[in-house]
Amino acid sequence: MSDITSLHSSLVARVLEGEGQASPEIRRTAFDNERLAEPVRTVVDKVAHRARMVTDADIGTLRKAGLSEDQIYEIVVCAAIGQATRQYQNALAALSAATGRN
Amino acid sequence: MRLAILDHGHGIRTKAMFVLIRVFSGHPVVDAVKLALYRPSFYRAGGLTQEAMRGPSDWSVADRELMAAYISKMNETEFCVAAHTATSVLAYNDGAKVSATVADLETAPLGEPLRATLRMLGKLTRESNVDADDIRRVLAAGASEQQIKDALAVAFAFNVTDRLADVFDFAVDDPAAINAGAKYLLARGYR
Repeated sequence: MSDITSLHSSLVARVLEGEGQASPEIRRTAFDNERLAEPVRTVVDKVAHRARMVTDADIGTLRKAGLSEDQIYEIVVCAAIGQATRQYQNALAALSAATGRN
Repeated sequence: MRLAILDHGHGIRTKAMFVLIRVFSGHPVVDAVKLALYRPSFYRAGGLTQEAMRGPSDWSVADRELMAAYISKMNETEFCVAAHTATSVLAYNDGAKVSATVADLETAPLGEPLRATLRMLGKLTRESNVDADDIRRVLAAGASEQQIKDALAVAFAFNVTDRLADVFDFAVDDPAAINAGAKYLLARGYR
């Protein structure tokens, strides 16, 4: 059967700890959607909870804050993977609770 | 695309490949491909998506493409709804089934295990939360524990992809390009 466990772990490790232009700290906080300062906080929260509402102006605020396109790219990817990971882990925990198996 | 690097920041070899794709397919390179090939040492989710969508599973390829379309519908991600609706239609060879599912899950002509699984994936996608009772309802409808795990892998892949498609503002291609992309995804997959 298909198994993404190890592929998921390596994807998360790559975006959080691999070579990048945004600091590992900001990548981690974007992934967690916690402990962020404005304007990154608002944009990361939109990526996590209402990505379709992100606008050119949102990305513009990050540029004006001095972030490069590669840094913005990395922060957005970490935020997207972070929220999808929380969804995935929530559902796996519910599956374990329903079946009584880990 | 909201970031110019995703349109123009690729290496020379990748840019050359884009030229070949344009020439041989007759269509522009779709934004999903531009994202997948930008700095592959960083994001590179193709292997994970390939495993979720084409790895061994009791769900068919068509079923998993329908899950991708349905999750994308819940996220209101137009690019991914179009791409994976088209791929699911081709894989099932049944456009009515796919259209009915995207329009109204409850009345669509689907088996109950798949309908219950899609219902759970929809809640997970909208609310970022399901509980043990939600999962028990899927098991009671006849889906196996492993099928639920396989469906959650699809949901992970598309809850990432949909967000990136929305934030980076992927262009929705014309129908001919969407169908060419669907044929490619069925023939070659996501790697």
